[in-house]
Amino acid sequence: MSVDTDTVRRIARLARLAIADEMLEPMAKELNIILAWAEQLNEVDTSAVEPMTSAVQTTLKKRPDSVTDGHVQGAVLRNAPLAEHGFFVVPKIVE
Amino acid sequence: MTDLTDLSLAEARDGLRARRFSALELTDAYLTAMAAGRELNCYITETPDRARDMARASDQRLATGGGGALEGIPLGIKDLFCTKDVLSTAASHILDGFIPAYESTVTANLWNAGAVMLGKLNLDEFAMGSSNETSFYGPVINPWRRAGDTLKLVPGGSSGGSSAAIAARLCLAATGTDTGGSIRQPAAFTGIVGLKPTYGRCSRWGIVAFASSLDQAGPMARTVRDTAILLGVMAGHDPKDSTSVDRPVPDYEAALTGNIKGLRIGIPAEYRVDGMPQGIESIWRKGAKWLEDAGAEIVEISLPHTKYALPAYYIVAPAEASSNLARYDGMRYGLRVAGKDLTETYERSRSAGFGAEVKRRILIGTYVLSAGYYDAYYLRAQRVRTLIASDFKAAFEKVDAILTPATPSPAFALGARNDDPIGMFLNDVFTVPANLAGLPGISVPAGLSEDGLPLGLQLLGRAFDEETLLRAAGVLEEAAAFTARPAHWWRT
Amino acid sequence: MPVQEIYDAKHGEKSSYITGATGDWELIIGMEVHAQISSKAKLFSGAPADFGGEPNEHVSLVDAAMPGMLPVINEFCVAQAVRTGLGLNAQINLRSVFDRKNYFYPDLPQGYQISQFTYPIVGRGEVRVDLPDGGVRVVRIERLHMEQDAGKSLHDQHPSMSYVDLNRSGVALMEIVSQPDIRSAEEATLYLEKLRTILRYLGTCDGNMQEGSMRADINVSVRKPGGPLGTRCEIKNVNSMRFIRQAIEYEARRQIEIIEEGGAIRQETRLYDQVKGETRSMRSKEESHDYRYFPDPDLLPLVLTQEWVDEIAESLPELPDAKKARFISDYGLSAYDASLLVADRDTAKFFEQVAKGRDAKIAANWVITNLFGALNEAGKSIENSPVSADALGRLLDLLADQTLSSRLAKDVFEIMFATGDAPEKIVEERGLRQVTDTSAIDAAIDAVMAANPDKVAEVKSGKDKLLGWFVGQVMKSTGGKANPQMLNDALKQKFGL
Repeated sequence: MSVDTDTVRRIARLARLAIADEMLEPMAKELNIILAWAEQLNEVDTSAVEPMTSAVQTTLKKRPDSVTDGHVQGAVLRNAPLAEHGFFVVPKIVE
Repeated sequence: MTDLTDLSLAEARDGLRARRFSALELTDAYLTAMAAGRELNCYITETPDRARDMARASDQRLATGGGGALEGIPLGIKDLFCTKDVLSTAASHILDGFIPAYESTVTANLWNAGAVMLGKLNLDEFAMGSSNETSFYGPVINPWRRAGDTLKLVPGGSSGGSSAAIAARLCLAATGTDTGGSIRQPAAFTGIVGLKPTYGRCSRWGIVAFASSLDQAGPMARTVRDTAILLGVMAGHDPKDSTSVDRPVPDYEAALTGNIKGLRIGIPAEYRVDGMPQGIESIWRKGAKWLEDAGAEIVEISLPHTKYALPAYYIVAPAEASSNLARYDGMRYGLRVAGKDLTETYERSRSAGFGAEVKRRILIGTYVLSAGYYDAYYLRAQRVRTLIASDFKAAFEKVDAILTPATPSPAFALGARNDDPIGMFLNDVFTVPANLAGLPGISVPAGLSEDGLPLGLQLLGRAFDEETLLRAAGVLEEAAAFTARPAHWWRT
Repeated sequence: MPVQEIYDAKHGEKSSYITGATGDWELIIGMEVHAQISSKAKLFSGAPADFGGEPNEHVSLVDAAMPGMLPVINEFCVAQAVRTGLGLNAQINLRSVFDRKNYFYPDLPQGYQISQFTYPIVGRGEVRVDLPDGGVRVVRIERLHMEQDAGKSLHDQHPSMSYVDLNRSGVALMEIVSQPDIRSAEEATLYLEKLRTILRYLGTCDGNMQEGSMRADINVSVRKPGGPLGTRCEIKNVNSMRFIRQAIEYEARRQIEIIEEGGAIRQETRLYDQVKGETRSMRSKEESHDYRYFPDPDLLPLVLTQEWVDEIAESLPELPDAKKARFISDYGLSAYDASLLVADRDTAKFFEQVAKGRDAKIAANWVITNLFGALNEAGKSIENSPVSADALGRLLDLLADQTLSSRLAKDVFEIMFATGDAPEKIVEERGLRQVTDTSAIDAAIDAVMAANPDKVAEVKSGKDKLLGWFVGQVMKSTGGKANPQMLNDALKQKFGL
């Protein structure tokens, strides 16, 4: 499975990363080296195995339905690049 | 009087309790060392005022005969742990100015036990790296140098700041995190002890997430005893972390009986990699002999899927990371670089904020999870992971611990592996399998290479059997009698 | 969701066809309903799930996706989802997995939504929808899964910036996905109403669409009856019954027009513009989304025991379909009346209290006609009805024992509704007892006859219809209290008719 510059562009967009045009080719190359190296996983017969769901064998811990959090608007907005009237202010979302 | 910074954690603890010196004196000794050691670039943020306040508070508690398990002990904290009201960066530009309003569970445990915070230690950006060369705040320099050479060497990574600071006596001990070897490998490169606990032993709450199913916080210190003491405080169930395991924390220090008679130690055939340096082969053999001499039984074992651990890791870890790092988007905290619209703002912020290695891993991770590739890469890697875990399960029917080298080489030069991503990945060949299987591992300094650089040996154990690991590590440590210290070249 | 088979219900097909220029068209509709789980706290955080609040007040650091934050699941929300699945007669999957759905949006702080993609908690079930002509449309449920809600953005506060409030971020949602079994806009609203009723019965969602507790994504396509399936479009986030109907009708017409003019439907996501009354394409969805679903590594698989599920099953209340059947068989009500009474669990309870030990049909009539009418006009609901079930029941007792005529009872009811007073008190204070004393009635009649000799003569000369005038006059003179039957009999007797 080979990665070309179009794929890099598409993947970069999915990941919201801007890759400069001149960096697309080198990045594709790097990714291909890594992916080719990872191809050796195909040597393994995994037909009889389930994917690992968690490193620990235990059940999902649940919590009761009580309000134990929230009302920390100050902490929530503390590091915001831009905040006003209690809201995060972000570039406009176009629908 | 001995330099206070020469005392181990256990010695300092005892000295403080006996009031031979104060916590403030001990902290001041470290603050002085830190100021003189800035060339190593171990610290991203130093917190001297806070440290002194905490030390004074410790002195008050010690004066009345009270105090916790780490009362007055000065520690460095890897800057991947969120510390309340103190800049926390993950060594990334994207977390510029980020001051958390909360404390990670592990560090809260440390402060509750009376420890003192010296500052936040440097690391590879977002814990992605094996050499601490990807930090936005510049690389960390290994206090160790090759004999007769002034070439700067890497301290290992990602917990490079932690390991270098301990080795250079710029902190008494430190926290690290280990996702693919990031505690054990730098510990080996700097001649200190580093332990990665069983997955779920320590809470991940408040630690910047890299790869959720692999990340684990752990202690790094000068001796096995120090490491055991630190682990006892760091470990424990946390209801805020769904992957945290509800098991009582044993007295790890008490496990250091020195007695390993009858313990079965496995030597995995597949860990003999091609081109392994002589020095590493021989220290491995020596380690086995030391354990045998102490009464252990050496058993040849096989971990057949070992060679697939690294490629599986380099699929799974970036995949999880690509999702975990999506929250760094310039909207609610950290760096925002404005663009003409929302999409451009996302792209500019993230592209300016993340370094090259992080971007590379995000791209790989995004790719292997994307439509059409999920089964072929991610799912397949997770299946291989199950096989690796079963390898260990089968092995642990025959043995109680496994002995391997910690790294395939001693510390290398800064910049030496920059153009060789696979070469860089291979640093983790011995450490990664334990992360995939969720098992505990410890690196102990065992000897010196031809060039006079530290070499570490790794022990791997059963899940939640850190006690056996520490006990065997203690025996190795005693046999190795590793007293070498880096030449103090950085002091002005 | 791919359409695998179309359930060709025999009922009411032709009547719901839409006529286009080239003939009849059949509307194929499926719905994905997002229902907020009624709970105190959010699905993966301990922040409150309440509606409203100052911006970013109901937000924990987990909801704000600060570095190092982790999800912990709310057990009650899981129980609510299971409860809902049981109420939909659906399969409960004892093992389900939470997956991350990855995409970037400011109201999605994590950069992913925790949802369930591959292994949802609930599998196939059904909802039976009563159609107005007496038939039933069985709408099959494909699945139900749990997921986090996203925050809210305000776009109109600033020319180039949006304001983000994360209060809703992390609130527990159930996504209920139907098969494309719905055949008209009307059926769609009936389906949604039935679903809403079931959820309210179960107490798992309050169904309050204005507050956003329930909203629907509608998949619409058209085809020639019996022909191959058409390309479908999805209308997202419609939050009122009225808009659902309008949106479907518009979209159906839009698609039919395009096809009849020789064009092709482009599969896309659309929004309903309530101002213009049209659906329009969502620009941001040009690129097809690659959500890169994978199991959330911060959570383990959710494993339930059959015992736990059975315990929940035992605690379920009687559901609308069962209650309706019981009302028909036990109370002898018509299907229509039964439907009206079971539409709301509180109403059904109210009715049964009134009907206890009384004539059920009369009780039903009074609840449906008189009580509902008064509540609707006053803008009240059964929860804050000024007339309690007990009071209404006692009114009916007064009617049954002839203390009140039905006309008087209506008057007393109005006063009860306006004042909240007990019926007995009203009757006593205002002397609204029915007059059943024959001599009093005779006397009243005599008085009117004596006062109106000309009218008496007209009746005697053959104008029977004027009897009604006499009825009215006697009623007036007795303050409306004369027993109508006795009055009629007495009048006829006096006039020799």
